[in-house]
Amino acid sequence: MTTAPIAPARHSDPQMSANTTDMMRQDTAASQPYAIELRGVSKAFGPVQANKNISIKVRRGTIHGIVGENGAGKSTLMSILYGFYRADAGDILINGKPTEIPDSLSAIRAGIGMVFQHFKLVESFTVLENVILGAEGSALLRPSLAKARGLLKDLAREFELNVDPDALIENLSVGHQQRVEILKALYREADILILDEPTGVLTPAEADHLFRILRGLKEQGKTIILITHKLREIMEITDEVSVMRRGEMVATRQTQDTSPTELAELMVGRKVLLRVDKTPAEPKDEVLRVEGLRLLDSQGVERLRGLDFGIRAGEILGIAGVAGNGQSELLEALAGLRPAEGKAWLHGQPLPLSGAGCDGQSRRARRIAHVPEDRHRRGLVLNFHAWENVALGYHNDPAYNPTGWKMNNDAIREDARGKIESFDVRPPDCWLKASGFSGGNQQKIVLAREIEHEPDLLLVGQPTRGVDIGAIEFIHQRLIRLRDAGAAVLLVSVELDEIMALSDRILVMFDGRIMGERLPEATDARELGLLMAGMA
Amino acid sequence: MSKPGKLPHWADVTLVPLTSVLIAFILSAILIWAIGESPWAAVKLMVEGAFGSSYGWGYTLFYATNFMFTGLAVAVAFQARLFNIGGEGQALLGGLGVALVCLYIPWPHWSLALIAACLGAGLFGAAWAFIPGYLQAKRGSHIVITTIMFNFIAASVLGYVLVNILRPQGSQDPSSPRFPSDIALPKLHEILSPLGIPFSTVPPVNISLLIAVAMCFGVWFMLWRTRLGYQIRAFGESEPAAEYAGISPARITIYVMLISGALAGLMAVNSVMGEQQRLVLNAVEGAGFIGIAVALMGRNHPFGVFLASILFGFLYQGGAELALWTGIPRELIVVIQALVILFTGALDNLVRMPLTRLFAVMGAR
Repeated sequence: MTTAPIAPARHSDPQMSANTTDMMRQDTAASQPYAIELRGVSKAFGPVQANKNISIKVRRGTIHGIVGENGAGKSTLMSILYGFYRADAGDILINGKPTEIPDSLSAIRAGIGMVFQHFKLVESFTVLENVILGAEGSALLRPSLAKARGLLKDLAREFELNVDPDALIENLSVGHQQRVEILKALYREADILILDEPTGVLTPAEADHLFRILRGLKEQGKTIILITHKLREIMEITDEVSVMRRGEMVATRQTQDTSPTELAELMVGRKVLLRVDKTPAEPKDEVLRVEGLRLLDSQGVERLRGLDFGIRAGEILGIAGVAGNGQSELLEALAGLRPAEGKAWLHGQPLPLSGAGCDGQSRRARRIAHVPEDRHRRGLVLNFHAWENVALGYHNDPAYNPTGWKMNNDAIREDARGKIESFDVRPPDCWLKASGFSGGNQQKIVLAREIEHEPDLLLVGQPTRGVDIGAIEFIHQRLIRLRDAGAAVLLVSVELDEIMALSDRILVMFDGRIMGERLPEATDARELGLLMAGMA
Repeated sequence: MSKPGKLPHWADVTLVPLTSVLIAFILSAILIWAIGESPWAAVKLMVEGAFGSSYGWGYTLFYATNFMFTGLAVAVAFQARLFNIGGEGQALLGGLGVALVCLYIPWPHWSLALIAACLGAGLFGAAWAFIPGYLQAKRGSHIVITTIMFNFIAASVLGYVLVNILRPQGSQDPSSPRFPSDIALPKLHEILSPLGIPFSTVPPVNISLLIAVAMCFGVWFMLWRTRLGYQIRAFGESEPAAEYAGISPARITIYVMLISGALAGLMAVNSVMGEQQRLVLNAVEGAGFIGIAVALMGRNHPFGVFLASILFGFLYQGGAELALWTGIPRELIVVIQALVILFTGALDNLVRMPLTRLFAVMGAR
């Protein structure tokens, strides 16, 4: 879209010159088949080498996957490409031409478009207004709006990129919002589209639709870079795939010549169990029973529309669903963090869902532990030392607080050291602030705190979100061990694979309701995906 | 998006404030030079006036005592991320508490009067802070707005009480009668002379200084050694995490405001009981607001508040000396103090970001 025809002035014959131009274009395309080429790109943050001597060639008109664990340096690399960071060393070649990208405006000018994991949209603006935002073109909006409307119509027809141009962003589903992000990039005439974990928030059906869009764009000659940690998607849609590990580019493969197992090994640097080993559950008495659980949010929207279920000791009950269908509210209601209506019993004794006795302390007193979905916001105080975080929520525990008013900091530190060791938290330093640990190790601190108090019921949300593969394995094993020790576990996860691998029973939630119950051995991703999309 | 690493902790708590103060001093020096005075002579005068004699020290420490109380008040509240701007009003009310205790109850000994005055000052200050705290906790009224408004209300209340209730018959002066002289607080020279240390008898610095220092330690102990402190800090760092831990945000908000208000109120023990010996309209003299700067500069840590209080005591006393002995107008001294507040408080990042970059470069080598 941005390639301007190169008009060779020395030819006098217009017919001739047109032909030559065409030929030249083909020539340049053939001799420079790479939309993006990085040569020896390095970037360090203080002592941390985020990218080490990265070289990669992305062929024009292909879909190129980049996989790697969290912290492998994928995001840094893309931030360099989009002008957020400047590389310490190395060259960037766009369409064979060395290019400096000091800021995102230069990236846009070089034809690079980025679709972020967290959308950058103005919620109260319409789709059209968002599309032209930052590319208004003139003081008056009308011409650009008209241009954008025309373009949107074309794109909708060509690529199934249909979005109502006059809808407000806040009224759109996540999948549609993502399309707006793609439209924004295309409106800016992006030739190279970078998508960062695009399917994290989508239903399987929405993801399929996205892939159809991406294939269409590829056929139009666009180059697409897909950053993901979902190997299934890599196998399904990419032409080539590059693997990053600890800041280095360890391998590039033709997708058809590789396998998920090989990619996983390359990512971690060793063999990984993609399936979890576990014995069949031996469920015992019912620990928790919930009837008619309803929850209204602050806007008065009904987030839980009457749930009935039970969990027994020694089983993991998985809650599958696309993010935002009431799972978070369910966890928080059971954890006593949000008032709800309905009835609940723990070991047959009533469990208040609002008012007195419905708070974090009362829940812990009744041996309900909670690993929250958002460990940064809720599960940890990031500015606290690791040992201070070990006491979070258990600050009334006699072991930590024997007098009722003065904390026994020595005892807490002692205990923290033990937990850090038994959960293999790295670095094993109880004086490090929580913010100084990687995502996986932060999660281990939370899990250690909650699991080692030997709860009867563990509520756990997104246990492995933002956690690297090595730690995922460890966390899964710990959850199963807790189950085998006789605890009831309620597992909420948007990772279908995780739900399938860990759960003994699966409930699927959609729009605040339970769409159905399935046994993991008697269902598959497709059936669950349909339920998750509300199609039962 | 681009964050060039983090500053080491020691640098954050020492280098940043020191550099800020240095810049403020350099700018002040330029100002003094620009009006035709010698900056060097001014600095000498300030330092000698504030630290050169026990007379100077006495005043510096007297002011510092005020600032320790109000600085701690702001710092404690800020640990819970509550911005208590109302130290001024809480200290005024604390003064009322001190006056009532000293005027209406006959005390056999100053020590008993001191204990009672501390309780009175603390209770009145806490009560005055309780209302904004309660409104924030239960009604969501923003504490910054309410505490500011409460400063004005406190000034009016005090005016009313002084003019209509406490003012002696026939007096034109809106102030309370003098407190009985036998409950005057021992001054620092009386405390030091048994130890054989000579100290000027003039400055009003008194036993409240020791209370202020004890409060610095007490606040530190409360914040980092007790359950309440743990809850306050957890709530301040992350309200969702505190809620998750079963810490009631409303309760902590109210507790913190009570403590903060009590600390601000205690300042009146120093100024009202220790110096003026009666309650006057402007008993606080802006110390409540200086407390904000002190807390900012002291990084909301009691030890930092202690050091920053001494610095601001120095600025107050040294500034007074400047006004007395040079042609530098009184207003310029306020400007110098304002520059220090501006650089240590408001323009924190001006210093921090270059320093951070410097450390990143040095770390990379």
